[in-house]
Amino acid sequence: MPASDPTVPAVSVDGLAMRYGDKVAVDALSLSVERHTITAVLGPNGAGKTTTLETCEGYRRPQAGTVRVLGLDPIRDRAALLPRIGVMLQDGGAWSGVRAREMLDHVARLHAHPLDTDLLSDRLGLAECGRTPYRRLSGGQQQRLGLAMALVGRPEIVFVDEPTAGMDPHARRTTWELLEELRGDGVTVVLTTHYMDEAERLADQIHIIDHGRLIASGTPLELTRGGAHATIRLVVTRPFPPGSPELLAKALGEHTEVTQLDALSLMVTGPADASTLATVSRWCEENDVLPESLTLGQRNLEDVFLQLTGRGLVP
Amino acid sequence: MSPATGGPSGTFAPRPGAAPLHRQVLAQAAMESRLMLRNGEQLLLAVVIPVIVLIGGVAGAERVGMDLAHPPVDVFAPGVLALAVMSTAFTSLAIATGFERRYGVIKRLGSSPLPRSGLLAGKIGGLLLIEALQVLVIALVALVLGWDPAPGVLGALLGVVLGTAAFASLGLFISGVLRAEATLAAANLVYLLLLAGGAVVLPVSAYGSFGEVVRWLPSGALGGAMREALIDGTTAWADLAVLLAWAVLGTALTARTFKWE
Repeated sequence: MPASDPTVPAVSVDGLAMRYGDKVAVDALSLSVERHTITAVLGPNGAGKTTTLETCEGYRRPQAGTVRVLGLDPIRDRAALLPRIGVMLQDGGAWSGVRAREMLDHVARLHAHPLDTDLLSDRLGLAECGRTPYRRLSGGQQQRLGLAMALVGRPEIVFVDEPTAGMDPHARRTTWELLEELRGDGVTVVLTTHYMDEAERLADQIHIIDHGRLIASGTPLELTRGGAHATIRLVVTRPFPPGSPELLAKALGEHTEVTQLDALSLMVTGPADASTLATVSRWCEENDVLPESLTLGQRNLEDVFLQLTGRGLVP
Repeated sequence: MSPATGGPSGTFAPRPGAAPLHRQVLAQAAMESRLMLRNGEQLLLAVVIPVIVLIGGVAGAERVGMDLAHPPVDVFAPGVLALAVMSTAFTSLAIATGFERRYGVIKRLGSSPLPRSGLLAGKIGGLLLIEALQVLVIALVALVLGWDPAPGVLGALLGVVLGTAAFASLGLFISGVLRAEATLAAANLVYLLLLAGGAVVLPVSAYGSFGEVVRWLPSGALGGAMREALIDGTTAWADLAVLLAWAVLGTALTARTFKWE
């Protein structure tokens, strides 16, 4: 196997397009992933995250555009690439009657220098369910086994699809720490998620996709930095009168944006100063709107996503 | 960005590589056969039913004074061996593969170093392991019942190999085009139909004029090949050619239709 060239990006996707029948899953998507980073592909369900990942893993042939992983074509150079990547599927991937440990040992045997499966089971909290058949594992245990199977071959890159979906908070935290340790040990981690906190906490680089298109890329800081911008969340006791966002935006002037979050709350993005706050409370008074809370804060990823798409990430 | 811990000496420091192909195939074959043996229904199909058919057939033939040219056990044992091959290579393989597709096992293995050819080789290896076990058990029971086989080793071996190829390719075809539950139903139904009317356990001559049709079925051809080898000690080239033709047909159908996911 040739020594891998460290200057080649871990993943580069250029102009990827995929459609299933009439439905466009991915549209002119371009992104790249640097080595030894954790990169999150963030977006709502159905945004095209899994499809993008599956073209990188060699499961799907790009209908347009190119995909390279470690400089290799996942379809043409499949045999050379597969041993070098680890894949965690969103669900399934094991015989229903196979015992957890037996499955992990089996995948280990397919690799030349697998990790010690005792150690890996311990690290992922699988030691106590090692003899349990796959179908009787809890959702979280199945997820952790999936992650263990992705790691056991000591890959250069791991692709993890929604790694903490269905995990309890403790298992989530442990998984995050493990993914950070992987990066520290020189593994590139590419994960999809629809959890903001996961992306914000873990990722060096975030690509936000929606309707199959890349709508923003950057570090968590770059994405949430609004300069002097801040957000004001206004929650009221009775539903807003129709046209409220437009009226409030008019009152605030041209440097602010108003997004309706739901019937009882609005988000204002604009200069973080007293006059903005004062304008909002005066508008409430004039329009007979009773505020329940009025909070001022820095933007988080959720706000960024809202602003970019006009809707929330988690339904 | 990267914490100072770990590095090339860390627990997870990359060291990728595929195991040698033969070891991957062996691991896959061992896994497939182990899972098959663990499954009660599969074991029933693989060993219990053939043994019951053998004992029941011999006892029944003696009781009703069935007119066979040879002792009943000599006629039934080769047919029951053929039945065992059919149950494993066709029914068990189809059901197992159907559920592997459903549960994402084939997808999971598709991103492992095991190539598709290796997966197929592993499956065949698993089948041959199970069949060896079946032959052992059935032959022992038959010997206890007084079986006196003719030494048609070549014919019997070719029958098992070509019969496995024919039935396995047809089993994979079914599992590739139907959903898992439909595969389960279809594979069992076909097995029962062929057991009853496919000239697998009983010779073609027992079916009267209908025998001219069933001899062209893979079941009739396999049963015929096994009987000719183990009763007369000769190699049934015509039956083996029929099995080969079914294997070619099944492989072509599977290659055209099988989806790995």
